[in-house]
Parts: sequence; structure tokens; C-alpha cells
Amino acid sequence: MTDVRRRLAAAVAAFGALAAAAVLAAPLAGSTPIRLDRVFDRSVPFADNVDAQIFFIARLPRALAGALVGASLAAAGVVFQALLRNPLATPFTLGVSAGSALGAMLAITLRLHLSLWGVSAVTAASFAGAVCAVAIVYGMARARHSGFSTNVLLLAGVTLNAFFSALILFVQYVADSAEALRTVRWLMGNLDVAGYRPILAALPLCALSFAAFAWLPRALNLLSLDADAAASRGIDVLRAQRVAFFSASMATGAAVSLGGPIGFIGIIVPHLVRLIVGADHRVTLPASALFGAAFLVGADVAARTVMAPVELPVGIITALVGGPFFLWLLVRAR
Amino acid sequence: MTATEGKGPGVGGWGPGAGRRALGVRGRARTPARGVFAAACLVAVAVLLQLPGGARGPQAPGRVPQRIVSIVPSATEVLFAIGAGPRVAAVGSFERFPPEVERLPRVGALLDPDVERILSLRPDLVVVYASQTDLRAQLGRAGIPVYVYTHGSLADITAGMRDLGARLGLAAQAESAAAAVERDLAAVRASVAGLPRPRALLVIGREPRALRAITVSGGVGFLHDLLDLAGADNAFGDVPRESTMAATEAILARRPDVIIELHYDERATERDADLERLAWKALPGVPAVKNGRVHVLYGGAFVVPGPRVVLTARAFARLLHGVRSGIPSSGTASAPGAGIPDLTPVT
Repeated sequence: MTDVRRRLAAAVAAFGALAAAAVLAAPLAGSTPIRLDRVFDRSVPFADNVDAQIFFIARLPRALAGALVGASLAAAGVVFQALLRNPLATPFTLGVSAGSALGAMLAITLRLHLSLWGVSAVTAASFAGAVCAVAIVYGMARARHSGFSTNVLLLAGVTLNAFFSALILFVQYVADSAEALRTVRWLMGNLDVAGYRPILAALPLCALSFAAFAWLPRALNLLSLDADAAASRGIDVLRAQRVAFFSASMATGAAVSLGGPIGFIGIIVPHLVRLIVGADHRVTLPASALFGAAFLVGADVAARTVMAPVELPVGIITALVGGPFFLWLLVRAR
Repeated sequence: MTATEGKGPGVGGWGPGAGRRALGVRGRARTPARGVFAAACLVAVAVLLQLPGGARGPQAPGRVPQRIVSIVPSATEVLFAIGAGPRVAAVGSFERFPPEVERLPRVGALLDPDVERILSLRPDLVVVYASQTDLRAQLGRAGIPVYVYTHGSLADITAGMRDLGARLGLAAQAESAAAAVERDLAAVRASVAGLPRPRALLVIGREPRALRAITVSGGVGFLHDLLDLAGADNAFGDVPRESTMAATEAILARRPDVIIELHYDERATERDADLERLAWKALPGVPAVKNGRVHVLYGGAFVVPGPRVVLTARAFARLLHGVRSGIPSSGTASAPGAGIPDLTPVT
């Protein structure tokens, strides 16, 4: 036990420092050169201080959004991989992102002109879509079994993904070309939130999920091996599965509604972290969340700067970096 | 027709205008043998065109299309503006103007052209997008001539009007309509000449009620040209694209003096415009926001690079400089009060 504590402390310290460094350094980079002394110069009113505006309105919210989305997706990836006992599971495997995307597509094409406290209809609709997908998949997994079949969960999720993807294509097809383009752009991910309100709106959901994650690691360790073994060790398997499913889904839904369905974080980060700290979820889960935050914040810096002043969608960066890296990992492991 | 210049005869193939290509080749033939061959080709083409029904051959230059299908909204507006409206047999999915299009059959659009429907209407000219290569091939196999309508810059619009007019035997009408558009645009340009040019951000799309996924006009295309003509410097004029995603940081750094948002939602109300302008409060330091110079325009005209660009140019000049270039226009689709839904500026 003490050994785990020591490893946990070391991992949290190392990955936490990395995440903190990323969040602090990210606002320094961008398409426009800014000077830090002017950013914090109180003698100039904020309304006239472009450097401060760029720092506090454009870059800092972006870094924080990236950290929140990255941490949520990476942690959700760890939980789903353990819950489904499948190393290829991602936060998007069970249809949460497809439901989320469908909600966003509908809001964009139906031009839902609503907003609540700075959260646009697109964001709200994408979260609603995620909730729908989760409800359907959960209903399926519970319907034919007294317990909670992860096989049914997986199959239902994959099928729902395909079904929602077809609906997304349909919505895009009937949309105006300008809207179709916007929906495609939404799918590539975007962390430019232009303020703190969207982050604050997603934060309670993510916090609730992370609170649940804190309770999960021991159960995940056993679940990822064998449900029966877990039960024999005194784990309430059904309850643990349910908590894992809902908390990871909620984190995914909140992350996707904030930043769009940014791919690869939820699979690359957990595997990389496992490679470094081992497979014990008590260490892997918090370490993955922290490293996911650092990774996405770093990817967003690249997205903002490599083609400046034009920005790349951050989802392209994560896939371009993540894809080859994952292949390398696969080859190297054998 | 320049594609065949300097090459042997017959290279032109069977696309529309092949007959004219053959003529051009004959005129440039240097040796008697080539001349004879070219003449033979010309005769062959002529014979083919005289076949009963004429369905196999391409459209002869002399024969004027009488049943036109246009699935390009801007081309459709041009057709009506140059007096070819009565010949339009069907239009695409997105045509909203002029009001006459509401009575016409719809045959799909850029991504989903309904080939069967088009063929069943027995058109003798179909106006298509350049990228619709499959559709062009299918229509080509059916022997139906196509006209590829391309547009990009402001100058392309009147050039396209004249070219389409010439193709339809309406050169005079097209010339007067195009000249009217050019005159009206020149009047707008003159009305803002010498005035200080504000730096303007032209927003062509974003998430409703939030400053996310802001798409703006780059330095290419008719909207950029219109902004320039109406006396403003495009804040993203250095980006060599028609549209680009503008990050919050870039907008803060470029400090636009004026923000003009184009929304083509025609059901919008004054309240909608107020709420959209309110979203910009998230960037209070931007001069346009600070000085209350965020404008929201509603209407369908500005997404269509057709004769109605005059309306857009006037609206821009009004918002940028308070100038009303109320020069009455003559007879074209840009004439005010002819049932045209005007752009509704909300300032």
C-alpha cells in the first residue's frame, strides 16, 4: 500500500507539474506577439490593453478549456478501457460523442438561437445528445440481463455510433452548404471558447465525474481482470460498473460539448501513461487525467501557431500526432 | 476556346462549343493538308448538328437555348436579370430570388443534383458548378449542353452576366444589366472616395449567441471586394482565402473598427439582432464593440454573388460611412422596390 502511495505521489507530482507548466506556458505562445509586462500592467485600463485582452480573454480560457477537456477525455478513456475490458475502447466507443455531435448538428442546422448564461444552443444541444446516447446504451445493457452486460454495452454502443453517424450525415446532407461546413468544422474540435463561462458551465459536470473517478480505481483494477473475481473480493460489481459508466459518460459529454469530439486523447494518453506508471488504476487514472490535460493544451498551442495567422482545428493535431505515435507504440510493444 | 489553340484539329472534343473550336482551328491552319482536314472536321460537325432532333450533337452556337435548368443560385439571378427568366424551366434547391423561382421545379443542388429530373425536363442548357464533373459527364452523354458558371471576385459577376448573355443570344440585355450593376457599384465607390477607411471585420458565420467558430471573409472573393469598394480595409484581408476561421486572439489583435455580421436567416427579428450584437460584449476591448459599431445584416442577397451585390455594397457603405448612395438604378434586378427583400440593417 505504501508503495502505491509513493508511486501515486510521484506520478501526480510529475504529471501535475507537466500539466501546470503546460497551462501556464500556453498563454505565452500564439499568433500575436505579446509582452508579459504589458499584460500585467495595471496602469493601462483593461479595455485599452490589447496584450492583457489577448492573454485573459483569448489564451488563458483556451488553455483552461484544453486542460479540462484533455483531463476528462483521458480519464474517461481509462475508465472505459477498464469497464469494457478492451484496450481499444475510447470515450467515444459507446456513442456518447456521436450523440453529442448529432445534438450539435441539429442545433446548427435548425439554427437554434438560444443561449443560457453564455452557453450557446450548440453546446447545450450537444450535451443533450450525449445524455440521450448514454440513456439508450444503458437501457440496452440493462434490458435483457439482470446485471449489466459489458458485451451488450459494447455492441449497443458501437451500433448506436454507426446509427448516429448516419443521422449526422443525413442532417449534413439536407443542410445548407454553409451550415454543412460549420457542422464539419465542429467535428474537428475547437477550444477557442472566448471567455470563462463555457468552462464554468462544464466544470460542475466534470468535477462530479472526477469525484466518482476518485472512488473507482480499486474496483477498476478488479473489473478490468474479471467481474466474478471482483465480486468475490467484495466489490459491488453492478454498482461499480454503473458508476464507472455514468461518470465516464458525463465527463465525455461535458468535454465534447465544450471542445467538440477531439479524438485520440482518450486512447493515446491512457496507453502512454500505463507504459510509464504501470496498469494500477490508482496511479494510472489520476496520472492520465493530468497528462491528458498537458497533452491537449500542448496540441492546442501547436494548432494555434503552426500555420498562424490561420488556425488548425485541434482535432487534426491530436490525430496527426496521436495516430503515428499509437502505431509506433503497437509495433514497439510486440 | 483557348484550350485548342496551337494544337491539331479535333482536340476540342464534343463539349459545348466544339463547333466554334473547329472554326478557330480552320482559321489558323498553316498547311493545305491541315486546312483540308480541319474543313472536313467542320463539315462533319455541321452534318452531325443537322441530324434529326439534334440530340446527339452539342449545341450549335447559332441555336439559342430555350429551356434552361440552373442549379447555381447566382446564375439563376443573372438569368432573370438579363431577361432570360421566361426560359428558365427549373432551378436548384437553394434559389430564393427572384420570387418567380418559387413556382419552378427544384432539381437538387451542388451535392445532390437530380439527374433524372433534369433529363425529364428536356432542357437545352443546364447551368452547373465547375466541380460537378459527374453531372457534366452524364449530361454530356445525354447530349445536353452545359454551361459552367464560375464566380469568385466581384468582376467575375458582371463578366459572367455578359458571357451568359452572349450564350443565350441576349448580349444586348446582358450588357445593359451588367453595365447597370457596374455603374451602381461605381457610384457606391465614388460616394465613399476620400473618406477614412475603417478596418472592418466581415463575419459570415458563427455559433448563434456565442463568439465561437467565427467564420470571416478573407482577402479573396466578392464579399471582400464589396468591403473594399464600400470603403473599408478587411481586417483579415491578408488571408488569401474566401473564408477563414477567426480565433478570438486574432480578432483582439487586429482591432477592427467596425464589425459587420451577415446572417441569411430571413425569419430573424430585431430582437435576434440585438441578442447577436450582445454576444460581442465578450470582447469589450475591440474598438468596434467599444464604440457600438457592431452591425448585423439579415437577408439572402449577400450570399449570392449575383446582380444584387449592389444592395450589399450600398448596405456596407451605409454602415461604414453613413453614406446613402441613393442613385436610382435602372431596370436590373438591383432596382429597389421591385419586390426585392432589402437588406435590413440594424445598427
